[in-house]
Formats: sequence, C-alpha cells, structure tokens
Amino acid sequence: MEKAELLELVNTKLKEKFHGSIESAELLYDFPVFVINKEHIHDVLSFLKNDEELNFHFLTDLTGFQTPDEKHLGVIYHLHNMGKNFRVRVKTFFPMANPEIPTATDLWKGANWMERETYDFFGVKFKGHPNLKRILNVDEMNIHPLRKEYPLEDQTRDDKSDKMFGR
Amino acid sequence: MSKKEIKNIIPPTEDTIEKEYHILNLGPTHPATHGIFQNVLKMDGEIIHEATPTVGYIHRAFEKLAERRPYAQITPITDRLNYCSSPINNFGWYMTVEKLIKAELPKRAEYMRVIIMELSRIADHLICNSVIGVDTGAMTGFLYIFQWREKIYDIFEDICGARLTTNIGRIGGFDTDFPAKTWDKIRNFVKEYPKALQEFANLLERNRIFMDRTVNCGSITAEMALEYSFTGPNLRAAGVDYDVRVANPYSSYQDFDFIIPVGTSGDTYDRFMVRQEEMWQSLKIIEQALKNMPTDGPTHANIPDFYLPPKQEVYNNMEALIYHFKIVMGETDIPAGEVYHCVEGGNGELGFYLVSDGGRTPYRLHFRRPCFIYYQAYPEMIKGSMLSDAIITMSSMNVIAGELDA
Repeated sequence: MEKAELLELVNTKLKEKFHGSIESAELLYDFPVFVINKEHIHDVLSFLKNDEELNFHFLTDLTGFQTPDEKHLGVIYHLHNMGKNFRVRVKTFFPMANPEIPTATDLWKGANWMERETYDFFGVKFKGHPNLKRILNVDEMNIHPLRKEYPLEDQTRDDKSDKMFGR
Repeated sequence: MSKKEIKNIIPPTEDTIEKEYHILNLGPTHPATHGIFQNVLKMDGEIIHEATPTVGYIHRAFEKLAERRPYAQITPITDRLNYCSSPINNFGWYMTVEKLIKAELPKRAEYMRVIIMELSRIADHLICNSVIGVDTGAMTGFLYIFQWREKIYDIFEDICGARLTTNIGRIGGFDTDFPAKTWDKIRNFVKEYPKALQEFANLLERNRIFMDRTVNCGSITAEMALEYSFTGPNLRAAGVDYDVRVANPYSSYQDFDFIIPVGTSGDTYDRFMVRQEEMWQSLKIIEQALKNMPTDGPTHANIPDFYLPPKQEVYNNMEALIYHFKIVMGETDIPAGEVYHCVEGGNGELGFYLVSDGGRTPYRLHFRRPCFIYYQAYPEMIKGSMLSDAIITMSSMNVIAGELDA
C-alpha cells in the first residue's frame, strides 16, 4: 500500500471515532504523521492497536520532544503493523507546566523503559507507570537534561564561543 | 529431653518458617557479563527469584551531544553505539541524512555499503556466538574464530584507517573506491571463511554438552517478544520473520536473494542458531554483491553541498576547497524536516529519528537502540532459572553496553 493511501485510511478511521481530537494529519517523507490531542492519546493508541484492520501491534519507538518555543513538551510514538508493513508516527503535545500524560505500558510492556527514558530526559510524567524513575542518569540529578534550557556546555565559558562565524 | 523430643514439640510448618532470600549483586564489573551491567538478584538458593537491572553506567549523553554537532561530526558518535558493528551504525546515520536531503546514491556505492554492512554483521554475530561458547565453557571456538574477526577489521582498516570505531565512508557515499588489494581481501574472506565457520559449527551446533546447556534456557514466546518490542535475531529466534532488510529495503537490499532464518522457541540455542545461519546468509549476500556490482562509476552521490570532497581535489580545486571549508566549518544548512530511518543492525532495528530545523545541527536526534528496548525483558526471561543460565541468556541476547546506555 502506498504511504498516501495509508495516511488516508488511518485518517478516515480516526476521524470517524475521534472527531475533533486529531490536530493534524500529514505525510512527512515516508511516514504518515498524526498529531493527537493529549486528552485522547491513550484512546487513540489503544484503538490503533486493537482495530482489526489497522492492528498496530508493535511499538517501535517512544521518545520525547521539546518545541522550539520551550513552552511545550511532546511525546512521539512510532507504531508498526508487521504483517501489512504499516508504519505511522503519532505525536502529542502538552504545556510544560503540566507535563502529564497517560502511560502506554498497559498496551505495550516495552513502553516501560522508553517512558522512563523520556521521563529522565524531558520530565514527562506518565500517569499510571509502574516504576517511573530515572534510568540512564543518576537518581540525584535534579534537571531533565534534554530540555533546551539546559545548555550542553558551561555558559560562563567564553573561550569556546564562535564569534568568528557569528553562529 | 532428647533431641528428638524437642523436635516434636514445634514441628516446622510453612507458616512458622519465614522464607528468606539471598541478595546477590551481579556486576557492574563482572567478568561473565562482558560489559558494564548490574543486576541485583534475589536468590532462592541457586534459583533466581527476582532481578533488578541498573543501566546507565556508560551513559555519554549522545542525544544531547548531537544537538551541538554538525552532521558529519555525529558519525563518530554512532560508532560508539554498537561498537561490534560500527559500520552499520555509520551507514544507518548517513542514510537518515540522505533521506532528509533526498540524495540518490549510485548502485555501486550502495553495493559497497552492503558488502561492508554484511561483513560487520558477520563480525558482530561471531563475537556473540563465540562468547556464548565461552560462557558455556568452550574457549576453543572463541579463540579460533576471532582471527576471522581480525581479518574483517583488516578490511575496515584498509578502507577507513580504523578498526573498531570506524567512521567509515561519508554522507553521500564513499571518499574513494576501495583499494585493489582490499577487493582481493574481501574475495579471499568470502572464499576462506566458510571453512572456519563450518568448523566452528561442527564444534558447537550438535554438541551434546552445549545443547544441554542452551536448549530451553532463557526462552521467550513470540507474543512476549513482540510485546517487549524485540527486533533482530532475538525476535526471529522466537519465530517472527521480521527483518528490516526485507520489510523496508534500504541500500538496494531488494536486489539480493537471501533467507531470513527463524527459530521456534526463542531460547538461547535458537538465538545461537539464528545468528549462525545469518552469517551464512551474509556471505551469500556478499558473493552476490561482488558478482553483480557495476565495475566502475562514481562511488558517491552528486551532492556537492553535503558530500565532503576527496582530499586530492581539495588541494587542487577551488570549488572543492570551498565546499570542504563550508562543510567542515558547519556552514551548510540541512533542510528542515523530520525523518525516521531504520536499518537492520547487529542486534535489531537500529532507528534514527531526526528532526532538523534547518540549521547546522539537528534540532533533535533520537537513536532507537534495540538493546535498550529488549534488555528490559531480561528479568522476566531469567526468573526461575539458575544463575549460570542467566549468564548465557545475557550473552545470547547480545546486549552491548555502548548501545544500551547511549
């Protein structure tokens, strides 16, 4: 099936069931991408997994994202139906003041560590996660390092600034 | 009272005896785990009751580092993910960027990539399989087969100058064609290696002791493996025929004729056998690539804005010098966009999720690391098994610390 057809198919099915909670649906390179309202993300994922025709039974990847305005966080899911070779990307965004979304561990066990990693690096709180604590960083760390407000290098240093090329 | 009488007064029952477990700290630096893995085991005698893995000992913040580096400088980071098969990681990263800038590679470059990727798959699998041998007490196979890994590394060294962390090729293809003697080395390897691999197979595949140790050890069902997002040989050993090379072909894999081996029970023996068969299939792919490859032609795509020109041209040609300067100083902007690209790595689907906002560096780069995802099933796989079985289960899962901790 062509990717554009897949986008159309998933989009029609989602619109039928969750009208109004789909913020956008587009084809980015070879992936149909859906942005879903935070309120319905768990229902949408559960629908995509359990629908007979779509059957996205495999969670390829789950990761976090911060929007450039530094006011919103996002979670990005890559889903896969291996039998029909359907792949979609589902995204959801929510304000940084209240970074709380429902967990996907009840749908896929493999989401456990991926959600812990997302919590560790972005501070997204997954509601209902069985063991939400840091995974790669030390427990004592009090920041979420992949957020853009934490620069990679010590900002008090000026010996490394790129004045010559103005970047 | 005699001893016998005392015993009769308080007969021990299930309620009066409180079950006590023994806590055993396996790792972080344990010689049997081949890498920095810590597992806190709750033991009932020799039986594992519960395991709690701790990861992150060699976390190096690759995703954060990548947000400050120009695209060409991210390749050395990818080397250090699964360092047993670095070229696959390098090419996976190049292909992600090539997808973003919509570059078309000539067939010859794609076939050259396939040869290198399959050689590194052999190197990766032979390390894993020979180490399973070591952990079950068979040192011979390991010492014997390792000289063939050295031969693969010699080939890498000829091409890029490095053996382990290769940084091989560049965005858009290769810097030069392989030297003539390297082609001979590759042909020689394809000719000679089957003999050694067959000897290694004879040593272990139907070995009674080896089979007794590995059959039904650390099994996982296909349903469970899919639930835990397994990919690669570990998923195929459980009986699911998913291989990225076939499902979403990249780098001309659709031109090749090869078999995806699958197991049935997902135990250590099946994982071993799947890797064994994949080495044979990799040899078959290399043979086909050598035979069907276009004999001459360019080894890189025609994308001067992103392809680092060869040094010879940089010193003698103004255009090349300008492009070299712009790329090295990070002055070429990559178009804005977001892509996900995956390749079949040594131990599963290695994915790159790249978001570019049009600058010199990625806005966000996420590595889908197969090890990190399937290692979380380890406590469940070893629950109720002996400590010695837990060790070979781990080595047969091929968990690489560099990829696990990124």
